[in-house]
Order: sequence, then C-alpha cells, then structure tokens
Amino acid sequence: MADSPALELRGITKRFGPLVANRSVDFELRRGEIHALLGENGAGKSTLMNVLYGLHQPDEGEIRLDGEAVEIRSSSRAIGLGIGMVHQHFMLVPVMTVAENLVLGAEPKKGPLLDYKTAAERTRELSKRFGLAVDPDARVQDLGVGAQQRVEILRALFRGARVLVLDEPTAVLTAQEAQDLFEVLRALKAEGTAIIFISHKLNEVLDVADRITVLRRGEKVDTVPREGATERSLATLMVGRDVLLRVEKDDTTPGESLLSLEGVSARDDRGLPAVRDVSLDVRAGEIVGLAGIDANGQSELIETIMGLRRPDEGTIIVAGRDVTHAGPRDTLAAGVSHIAEDRHRRGLVLEFDLAENLALREYKTPAFSKRGFISPKKMVARARTLLKEFDVRGGEPETRAGSLSGGNQQKVVIARELNADPRVIIAAQPTRGLDVGAIEFVHRRLVEERDAGRGVLLVSLEMEEIRSLSDRVLVIYEGQIVAEMPPESSEEDFGVLMTGGGRRTEGAA
Amino acid sequence: MSDVDDELPPDATVAARLATYVRAGGVVTPLITLLVAFLFGGLVVLITGHDPIATYKAIFNGTGLNWFFPWISSEDRTIAALNLQQTLIVTTPLILTGLAVAFAFRCGLFNIGGQGQYIVGGVFAVWVGSSFEGLPSLLHILLAVVAGMLGGAFWAGIAGVLKAVAGTNEVISTIMLNWIAIWTGNYLFNLGGPLQNSNPAQKDVPVSNDVLESAKLPVFWGDPQLQGLHIGLFIAVAALLVFWVLLNRTTLGYEVRAVGFNPDAAQASGISVARNYVVVMAVCGAFAGLAGTLDVLGWQFRIATNDIQTSQLGFFGIAVALLGRNTAVGTFFSALLFGGLITGTSVRNLDPTVFEPALATNLTYMIQGLVVLLVSTDVLVIWLWRLRRKRRSSAVLEAA
Repeated sequence: MADSPALELRGITKRFGPLVANRSVDFELRRGEIHALLGENGAGKSTLMNVLYGLHQPDEGEIRLDGEAVEIRSSSRAIGLGIGMVHQHFMLVPVMTVAENLVLGAEPKKGPLLDYKTAAERTRELSKRFGLAVDPDARVQDLGVGAQQRVEILRALFRGARVLVLDEPTAVLTAQEAQDLFEVLRALKAEGTAIIFISHKLNEVLDVADRITVLRRGEKVDTVPREGATERSLATLMVGRDVLLRVEKDDTTPGESLLSLEGVSARDDRGLPAVRDVSLDVRAGEIVGLAGIDANGQSELIETIMGLRRPDEGTIIVAGRDVTHAGPRDTLAAGVSHIAEDRHRRGLVLEFDLAENLALREYKTPAFSKRGFISPKKMVARARTLLKEFDVRGGEPETRAGSLSGGNQQKVVIARELNADPRVIIAAQPTRGLDVGAIEFVHRRLVEERDAGRGVLLVSLEMEEIRSLSDRVLVIYEGQIVAEMPPESSEEDFGVLMTGGGRRTEGAA
Repeated sequence: MSDVDDELPPDATVAARLATYVRAGGVVTPLITLLVAFLFGGLVVLITGHDPIATYKAIFNGTGLNWFFPWISSEDRTIAALNLQQTLIVTTPLILTGLAVAFAFRCGLFNIGGQGQYIVGGVFAVWVGSSFEGLPSLLHILLAVVAGMLGGAFWAGIAGVLKAVAGTNEVISTIMLNWIAIWTGNYLFNLGGPLQNSNPAQKDVPVSNDVLESAKLPVFWGDPQLQGLHIGLFIAVAALLVFWVLLNRTTLGYEVRAVGFNPDAAQASGISVARNYVVVMAVCGAFAGLAGTLDVLGWQFRIATNDIQTSQLGFFGIAVALLGRNTAVGTFFSALLFGGLITGTSVRNLDPTVFEPALATNLTYMIQGLVVLLVSTDVLVIWLWRLRRKRRSSAVLEAA
C-alpha cells in the first residue's frame, strides 16, 4: 500500500491549438501529504488540475490512482474515484442550510422528501471527525467566507474524497482565516487525506506544504521538499530569474506633511461608526503603512479621504488644501492619486480600452479635450507612451482593459495614477492577486515615488508588504489607530495590536 | 488563472452586459434574433391558415422597398413610391425614439419613457406651431422644434432628477411619467380643454388647432397633398450623427459611457454620476421630443386625443434600440425595419386578399415583442458564447 503513491500524473501534455498549456508534466502525491502546486498566473496549474478533475482530456500522459491507471472523462467520474475539488469561487446554494448543501446530489430520502435529520446527523459526524467546525443548520448565506470554504471541503469529504484539490484557497481569506484553514488541512493530512494546494503565495506554501512542485510556462521545473526551501529559492524557480523579495530602499528624511487627517470619523454603508477619530500625517518622502485585519475601517477611511464618503467629524488636508468636504474630483485635483483596493470596481472601466482608461483622470484637461470635444488620437498617443514606460504587456491602447491579466491591469491603474504627478499616493492593496514579478514592479515603483518626494499611504492586509515597504506603520483596529510601530517590529507584536490587544486607551472615543 | 475576459460580475450594469453581448456576437446575433422572430411570426400566420411566404412578400411590397428593384413595372413603381414615402415617414420618429432609449442605455439607464416624452414634445410643437401667426417660416419651424425638444427634455429630466436626488428607479418613474403625459395630453385637447381647437365648426371634435403653414416642414418627395415625405427624415439622420459624435467625441459622452459601464470607477475618478443621470435623461427626452415634433410639423399637423391614446412610436423605440445595439448605424437600420413593418402591415398598404391587415398589425406587435424578449435573454447568448470559447481555448485565456 505505502509503496504506491495516492496519485501520480505521468507526462501529462495538454495543448490548446498552438498553445501548450502543460508539457510532459510529472506529479506525484503521497498519502497524508500536503503537496503545493506553485506557479505564476498562467503557468498551467489550473489546466493540470482540470485534467485531473476530468474537465480536460490530456493529449498525452496518464493518470494513476493508487498505482492503477485511470481515465477520467468527467468530473463525476473524478468524484467517483475519490478526487474532490474546492474551487476558488464556491459552488454552494446560499439559501440552503449547510446540511442541505452537503448532501446535494446524494440526498438521504424519506419517501420523496429529503430526510433532513439524517443529513444533519451525517454533517455533524463528518465535521466532528475532521475537526471542521460548522453548524449543520446554519444557512450558507449567513456564513463567513472561511466557514463557507469549510462547507466546500466537507462536501468533498462527504463524497468520499481521498485526494483533495484546493484551488488558491487563501485568495478569499483573511490572514486569520487562512491560518484556521491550514489547521484544518493538517488535521485532514493526519487522517490520511492527500491534499494538493494550489497557490502563488510563497509564505503560505512554506507554511503548510510538505513538498512543493513548481510549474513555469506549462512545464514542471522541480519538486522540492519544504525543508531547505526558502522564499527566495522558490521565487527563483517560479519566475526563472532572481527576484527581489526584499525591497531595497535607503533611509529617508521626510519633509513637510502632505496628507494630514485630524480627528476624522465616518460611518459605513449601514450607518455604523467605521472610522473613529483618526489622526495621521503622511509626509513628503515617506511611506506610511496602515496595517490591520480586513474590515477594520480601512476601506471607509480611504473613501473618506478620497471624497467618496462624507466624514462626520474632523478635517482632511492635502498639501495645505482643506479637502474635508471636497468631492472626488477636487480631492484628485488637490494632488492625490488613488490605487484602488479593488481595481475592477474602482480602478478601471473594464469595458473601456486602455487609452480611455488611462485618460480617466484627465479627459477634461486640454491634454485630451478642447471645448468639450475629446481627442481619441491624443489619448492613444499618451497611452502608447505610458504602456511602454510601465511595461504593460498583452495590450495595445485599443485593447479592452478587461482582457488584460490582473497584473497588467494593475500596471495600467498605476500608470494613470502616477502619471498625474501627485503629491500623495493612496495605495490600497496595490499587489492584491499579483504574481511575484508584478509585485516586485509595484513595490519598486512605490519606493521610487517616495524617493521623488511624494508621500505614500500604503494600506495592505499583507504584513510582509507593510513591513518591507513602510518607513513607519500605523495599526488600525475597529476604525481606530491603536499604535504606531517601527516596521522592524515582529509579526507577533503586530498581530497582537491588529486583533485588539494592547489597545490604546487615551483618545478612545 | 486570469479569466477576467468576458467575466461579468453579477451586479454588472445593463450597459456592460450589452457591451459583452455585442462583443460576443457582432452583427450576427441581431440578425439571428430577427430571423427567429420572423420564423415565429410565420408560424402564427400558418396557424391562422395563410401562406407565410406570400404574406411576408405582401408585407414587403406594402413597405414600398420594392421601389429599389429595377425590374418592377412603372405602374408598380408609382405605388411603391407612395408606400416607401409612408415607410420613411414612420422611420423618422422611430430613429429618434430609438435614440432616446439607446442614449440612456449607454449610461446604464433604461428609459421606458420615450412614449411620454414623444407626446410632450408633440404637444409643445403643436402649440407653438399653431400660434405665432406671421412668423417667417424658418424661424417658426425652428421655434417649434426647440420647444418640442425642450418639452421632451424637461419631461425626461424629471426622471433623471428623481434618480439623481432620491435614487428613484428610472424604469418606474418613466412609466409613470408616460401615463401622466397621456392623460394630461388627453385633457389638453379634449372638449373644453385649454388647447382644444378654436374653430367654431369643430367645436365637438377633441383635436388641437392646425399647425400654421409657416411651421409645416417642406415635403421633398411626393405630393404634399398626399402626405409626401417631409424633410424631417434628414433631421433624424442628422440626429444619428449628433448621437454618435456626442457619445464618442465629447467629454460628456466619455462620462456617459464610463458611468454606464462602471459607475463606481467613474465616481472615483471624479465624474459626477448624479449629474450624468440628469443630463442623459434630458438628452434622451430631447430626442423623443424631437420625434413628436417632426410628426406634428411634418404630416399630422394636429393632435387629437385619439392620437395620444393609440400612438405606440415611443414604445417601439425600445425594440429599435435593443435590436440596433444602441449604436447609430444599428438604430437607423432597425428603425427602417420597424418603420417598414408598421407601414407594410397597415390597412392602407397590405393586400387584404393575402392577409387581413387587422391581423397583420398584430403580427408587427408580436415581432416587436419577440425582439425585445430575445435580446433580453442576452445572458443565454453570452453563456453559449462562453461555452464555445471555453472549449476552444481555455488555455489561451489562462496564459493571457
């Protein structure tokens, strides 16, 4: 038993027309192992897993389960063989309970009706056995993302999965939820489940995986054990060249204050206090990190600064100009650039082409229009320069923004915002969803802007990013700035503050 | 995996959905839409015991489009010319009511109020056109046109302001404004109404005063006495051009499209979404108001309460815009199509021995309804399209 691996992919090749998505990939998964599949966007991870899950048929190669060659023609066949997949986007029915979702497709029945009691009982059993805490009677729509993901995992286990594939499972989770997930995975591993963990985040892979297989441009580069692997070695394997993980930056002497908040409070969309009495300063030539766990008022704070949300109290000053009650246009004009936290929602008009997107800030200025008439020619000309300068790949000025990859879309946003010659840059999660190469680019640009004398407010959920880029760090918790820390402080110290420990008492409203 | 291409978020705006739809199918899908609608129509004709091919042929001849065929006899050509003039007279307001819907769509708004705006435009035009005796003709026409457009703009602007200030759904408010326009118009021209005609001989007729000669649009093809084709057609075609330039070459159009595709991103870049809603609705109303104006100044010359209640041209604008993909060129052709259908199935033009015009009019409405229905199922088309692409090249997407 122990000699044959749980799953083996041998020489898998998958072509789509002229494009080779997987070229002769070998992959081996042992029982009770967490095996990470690492690679940049487009490296062929998803294709390989789709082959395994029966969504694609390989052109060459074979799949062996427990030493036996199998042909997987459909996903139902894959499920039958004990392969379970947890997709990035959950496939749950929101209005149904956890138990109902779990048994969907294989319902225990009492006559023509669902035997709900049995369903709930089985859910409870399973959740106890694998240590996945969920309430069988809760409706899925009322659950948090982390809990929904546990339901997805449970459902795969319910269908008898012995090989579990998780497609970028942490992309939707907060740092804490990710840690919880890793605990679950370790427990499953102890039970003998074999797990494939797809990711492009190096620290996570090093945290949870036993072995790591790296794909690059459809080919397997190497499989390495976790012991001995470092972020640097993995990044080099992934990208194929040396990558600067640590941002290189010199010390800085900050100048005058460019963004100054004094006692700012604001409410969220439900009318509840979200930003409480926030005072902060971002000076010329410094990067101020705003660290915090998701949904602690960061989004509302940014919106308040940008004029998208009205503050209840306080003043906001940009480069000497009071913009407390200004709308977005005046705030932008005062010299603020905004790298939006969700580029699809606020950063780009996906249906616009790149030239139009790059002109969003300035379409009304003489650079692009005269007496109310715009000049597409000028937009395209400007776009050509910017796309080159910011190394945007896969797009011409006439390309629709929606058809670019995430990293290149972000470069378009950054190109537009930095080209506006701002005094202050609000960078909200500027590297969310980007791969290593693109992250390096964004970080380098932000440091360059700092060195050019601009002020940068960096809001991020990634502690690594905050610590490596910032000159000083503010910690936000429940809408309040609870501490200022040097970036060299330990992750633990930050963790305590971000979860409400050591809360500053003076000034608390 | 970067599958952002063609990935529609569930809360995508109407404009974004339509853009995806258009990209997915080009001009092929509207043609298929039309084909299916005609097939269904033909089926119904068959069920009623008639020959669908002969019926469609008769309808086609009723449109007068056979005038373009070089081989028809000179006698037929004379009749065809008359029919074609009728078709183009109807096409003129359809272009404009179509634009009234299309322009709103591009800003992510659904203007169902074309009918009301059309009526208000007509009311203003008939009032100005029948007053101010002694004005030079050009000035009188200009004055009536401006009044009609402003009237329509004001009417639609109400819905825009409600949306901008109170967030009122424009679909609801424009439908309500339609009814207010219909019943107000009814009151104005009804017996004893403030705008009922002042002719003692017509005291018992609920109709307005006639438009004065100086405000009538010149006829350039056919006999003015026999309802020849007036120059309103050129004004409508010019409006198509204005629509295109406005949308694609002005800062307003740039804002409109940005708001239509992604109001959040537009707002974050400093565009006032609320202001755009008001301006866009007003422009739409001006288009629809112009439609009513041209009908009044071009061939109706008066408005009876009966006209107000039976007119459907504003509603047809929805189908025109949807089928025309909210583009200038598309709107022209679909307006011509529906103009032809309306004329070709009318009592006056359809050969009653082939198919009873009373039934055929319903056929037109049915085809209109089917077009709206089929275009509204864009989700289905997009889904089919994606399925095909996924099969063909999911790896290409992945590698992008």
